[in-house]
Amino acid sequence: MSRLRLYQLAVIAGFILILEALCLAGVIDKITMPPPHIIVRDFVSMVLAGRYFDDIGKSLSNVLVAFASAYVLGIATGCILHGYKTARDILDPLFATYYAIPIFAFYPLFIIMFGLGDGPQLLIGLLLAVVAVIVTTLNGLDRVPPVLMKTARVSGLNPLQTALRVTLPFCAPYLLTAAKLALAYAFIGVIGSEFIMARSGMGYEISYAYTNFDNATMYPLILMILILSIAANSLLSHWERVLLARRGQK
Amino acid sequence: MHEEESATLRNTAILIAGIFLFWELAYLVVGEVALRSPWQTIQFLGKLMQTDIFWVHLSDSLKAFAAALVIAVALGLLIGFSLGLHRLSGDAIEPMLVSLYSIPKITLYPIILLAFGLGISAKIAFGAIHGIIPVALFTLSAVRTIKPILIKTGRVLKLSPTATVREILFPAAVPEIFTGIRVGFSLTLIGTVLGEMFAAQHGLGYLLMNAISLYNVDLIMAVTFLLVVFAASVNTLLLAIDRRLHHG
Repeated sequence: MSRLRLYQLAVIAGFILILEALCLAGVIDKITMPPPHIIVRDFVSMVLAGRYFDDIGKSLSNVLVAFASAYVLGIATGCILHGYKTARDILDPLFATYYAIPIFAFYPLFIIMFGLGDGPQLLIGLLLAVVAVIVTTLNGLDRVPPVLMKTARVSGLNPLQTALRVTLPFCAPYLLTAAKLALAYAFIGVIGSEFIMARSGMGYEISYAYTNFDNATMYPLILMILILSIAANSLLSHWERVLLARRGQK
Repeated sequence: MHEEESATLRNTAILIAGIFLFWELAYLVVGEVALRSPWQTIQFLGKLMQTDIFWVHLSDSLKAFAAALVIAVALGLLIGFSLGLHRLSGDAIEPMLVSLYSIPKITLYPIILLAFGLGISAKIAFGAIHGIIPVALFTLSAVRTIKPILIKTGRVLKLSPTATVREILFPAAVPEIFTGIRVGFSLTLIGTVLGEMFAAQHGLGYLLMNAISLYNVDLIMAVTFLLVVFAASVNTLLLAIDRRLHHG
């Protein structure tokens, strides 16, 4: 395990050192990319000065809204679909092909329909995330042992109580996987939309800085997004592993 | 098996009919301001296909996409096989690839633009980085799950490393690799279109963004429809081949 961590650290460190060397040697010119230590310096000063905190806050709150709505809607849809085999069979080809479709292509249409505000961004984030939640929920529900359902029936629980007290707790690891996927997709959807066309947010500021050759703003903001999305993802992955390990021991 | 296939076909037909019905209803509710009906969209697409400029954009997108796909598959296979054959590297780098998979890669696009300039090579590079990771990850897991006895047989037969890959590893890993290529196909397409939507002077993505500023609802609907139909039908085809490879 520690040998593995060491290896990973070596890969990351090696990558940064090579970038640093290439930048200092002038192979990568200053207009393309400042050396990594300058990016880190700019990043620290950006955070200390609290610059772009409005944009960061706005992006993150949109990501959270898109994530939460996709999560609740996805689990509810998954639970309902689980009871209707015909509906599920009909929607199955859609689920199988869904992530092959460039959802971002709908962004211009949503801008025309709802105007250039938060609406289209939230909708793209929601659309990207919701199907992953539905599919993962269905996947979990398929694995609920029949004996649990029988127990619920014997105890006289109604469908809602069965879902809340029996099936969903059993599916906890799947719901966590769903949360991880939904958060990643909500991030991609919201930041991507801001990037393509928006009036504020981290994605917008990056594209604005790009247009103005403002590398001192662009690179720290890119670093910020990478850190935030990788941190969120690792946190949920870690939690997922802990939960799975606990289930495995039982 | 035959019955199952006809059931899938029937379900797909019902699904498509349902989507068109939903679209038509949405059009009746929202109206001419922001939507077009399915029939109007198809008619406009037909008209659009008679213009020369459409084919310029389409061929530009297809060229970038094809080049990106070739690069994604080649590099993905290379990375997947090298990591799959070396246990420690595979274990260390796989989780890193997974977290790269989940970041909004669009934020890296300005860097690619600065490195490659505003042209077709930036689009190709951006499409390719979307596709490389799934191809690499699926290849990696395919190589890992190959039965050790096959590799031992290769060693007994004194095959060279390249011959081992060509004669044993590749054929055994084909179904899984194909899944990787299928996912890579979709993501490369998404990447290429996304790149065009942000900064380009040609291509379907550019056409879409340009249509917003012209408030050309017909054009937006027609291009979106075309992209969705293309992506969905190719993926359905690849999925069918994929299933046959896994069960056949």
